[in-house]
Amino acid sequence: MKQQNRKWFLLVVALGAVMMLGACGKKKLPPPPPPPPPAPAAPTAAISASPNSIQAGQSASLTWQTSNATDVSIDGIGAVQPNGSQSVSPTDSTTYHLTAKGAGGTQEASARITVTQAPAPPPPPPSATEQELFSQNVKDVYFDYDKAEVRGDQQGSLQADVQFLTQHPNVNITIEGHCDERGSTEYNIALGDKRATAVKSALVAAGINASRIKTISYGKEKPFCSESNEACWQQNRRGHFVYQQ
Amino acid sequence: MPWNKYRATILSYGVRFSGKRMDQPVRPTHRRSFRSSTPSVRLALVLMAICSLSGLVFAQDWVKTGTSLGVEKVRLAVPDFKPSTTDPQNTALLKTFNDTLWNDLDVSGVVELVSKSFYPLQAPGQPPEVNFLAWNAPPPNAAMLAFGSLGVSGGRLTLQGWLYDVKNIQSPQILGKQYGDTPSDAAARLMAHKFADEIIFRLGGGLAGIAESQIYFVSDRSGHKEIWAMDYDGSNQHQITHLNSISLSPRISPDGSRIAFSSMTKSGWEIMLYSLDLSRAVNFPHLGGTNLSPAWSGDGTKLAFSASRSGAPEICVTDASGGNLHCVTTAKGPDVSPVWNRKTNSQIAFVSGRTGLPQIYAMEQDGTNLQRMTDQGYAVSPNWAPNGQFLTFAWVRKYGPGEPGASDLYLMDIASKQWVQLTHDGGRNDFPSWSPDGRHIVFQSSRSGKEEIWTMLADGTKLQQLTFAGRNTQPNWSWK
Repeated sequence: MKQQNRKWFLLVVALGAVMMLGACGKKKLPPPPPPPPPAPAAPTAAISASPNSIQAGQSASLTWQTSNATDVSIDGIGAVQPNGSQSVSPTDSTTYHLTAKGAGGTQEASARITVTQAPAPPPPPPSATEQELFSQNVKDVYFDYDKAEVRGDQQGSLQADVQFLTQHPNVNITIEGHCDERGSTEYNIALGDKRATAVKSALVAAGINASRIKTISYGKEKPFCSESNEACWQQNRRGHFVYQQ
Repeated sequence: MPWNKYRATILSYGVRFSGKRMDQPVRPTHRRSFRSSTPSVRLALVLMAICSLSGLVFAQDWVKTGTSLGVEKVRLAVPDFKPSTTDPQNTALLKTFNDTLWNDLDVSGVVELVSKSFYPLQAPGQPPEVNFLAWNAPPPNAAMLAFGSLGVSGGRLTLQGWLYDVKNIQSPQILGKQYGDTPSDAAARLMAHKFADEIIFRLGGGLAGIAESQIYFVSDRSGHKEIWAMDYDGSNQHQITHLNSISLSPRISPDGSRIAFSSMTKSGWEIMLYSLDLSRAVNFPHLGGTNLSPAWSGDGTKLAFSASRSGAPEICVTDASGGNLHCVTTAKGPDVSPVWNRKTNSQIAFVSGRTGLPQIYAMEQDGTNLQRMTDQGYAVSPNWAPNGQFLTFAWVRKYGPGEPGASDLYLMDIASKQWVQLTHDGGRNDFPSWSPDGRHIVFQSSRSGKEEIWTMLADGTKLQQLTFAGRNTQPNWSWK
């Protein structure tokens, strides 16, 4: 009998609980979600460059990692292994774009390599600059009054001239002998001739082919400077180098 | 050793070059006043004496040299020529003629012109009009009288001129000339030159006058240095070459037909020849190198010049056509500016820098018997007097720091190497060239502020500036 009472008691409690619950919430409880199908994992992708800044002509290393991808490619390189590294040497700043495609979707990543230009400019066409280089590098040779010997302090200029002419074997020159305004017209042309010849001889002695060198004397007929003082006279006592194609 | 050191002792004496060397100067011998035996030799030589007053008072380094020193010059009166017709052109032509004749006689160095302020009022135009007493007595006190008339008639210019010895009333006429030409300023000028030369020939010891001679020179007035020519008195200046380059060192051939000069060409300085007969350049081979400062031999068959063939400019000689080139100096120094002794036709003087500053040297034309003529300073531009005995050249005698030496002209006796200074205190003077009669020297001078051409008597007097436009240099006087 006792078990009968307990059974009823439990039933009443349960019913009461149901009633109470029903009184408290009007909504019905949602149905439990259906178990999802086993979905494929989304791909991951990462790429980095080391170093990420180079000078033109240098190379950098690209390193990338992907997962869950079946199709991995980098723009400008093409299909690549899912994980790997490659050396690249771009000429301009470039963004490397990694695309990883897999059943779980597509993931992208990018890395940028900044390229700075090399400091030395590329040489322009040679004929135009040879003359410019000539005027930049070739130095006139100056003389003492009434002298046609190349003096000691002019050896540096002479060496620069020899160096240029050695480096530019196609350049021919004319050496003009000049004199200051003092003294006779005729004697000064003869003296200027000796000066030009002295410069030529020094170049030939240093290994420059004599056939590349013409000489001419202007004496005092074409002065660089027209004042009557020593500073000006010194300017006019020279072997002047003239570029010949 | 300059002669002025002996100025006080040789006053008023004629001085003769001794045979001693210049480094052993000889005291000029007193009472050996120089009188050559023949007039032509006497006149050709340049005698030396001292201008006593200026020498004593100012004590400058001035030496008086001159032709016929110690001989009183003939006093010549030259009244203006008169018009012989009434043609309106006469006035201008007479002015040209009278000015030219006066100048020719004045600079000749042969006569002393009587100042026009002493002349009587009535000047003769024809022989009957000559009043002897009015001319041969003071104030004019003339020994000679040149007179005449000029006029245009029937489109023709006619000159009649006479030279009278007015002290010889019985037989006064020395010269009577008549010239005719088409009327022009140039014709009047030429008549004056011809008549002046006739007078100078008779009064100057038989040496031909120079009034018809020419001077060739370099002028930059066209913008380039070109060869120009002018009459000896500076008139009629005209351009000869039009090369638009740099042309220098004109030298007229002895016969006056060709000018040799050097010009900057594509192959450098080359000797060029210009024919005055053909009015164009004539062929002369381009030798390459630097070819400068040509000089004609006295017979016109050879040219000497400076040629830089093996590195140093040397004196080389060719035929007048440029053939048979051979070089006669071998020194390393620049050798330039040769000039022949036109009298012997065998010697060449030239400039060489073989020992440093340029000096004057002389040698036989084959290079033998080389002598150094100057011993110091900066000596260039030698020119041989027509008589073969003297060199003139430009010399900065004292040269170097603290020596503000001027470039002056000097005269040196070849045999003794004694010298006198001809120009003084007058800028830079260079390129002397003798007149054909040996009485004058033309040269370039900066005394007016820029390079111009001047003439003077060989004693340094009678300075005249001939050029004024542009810069004018390197004069060369014709040989006749």
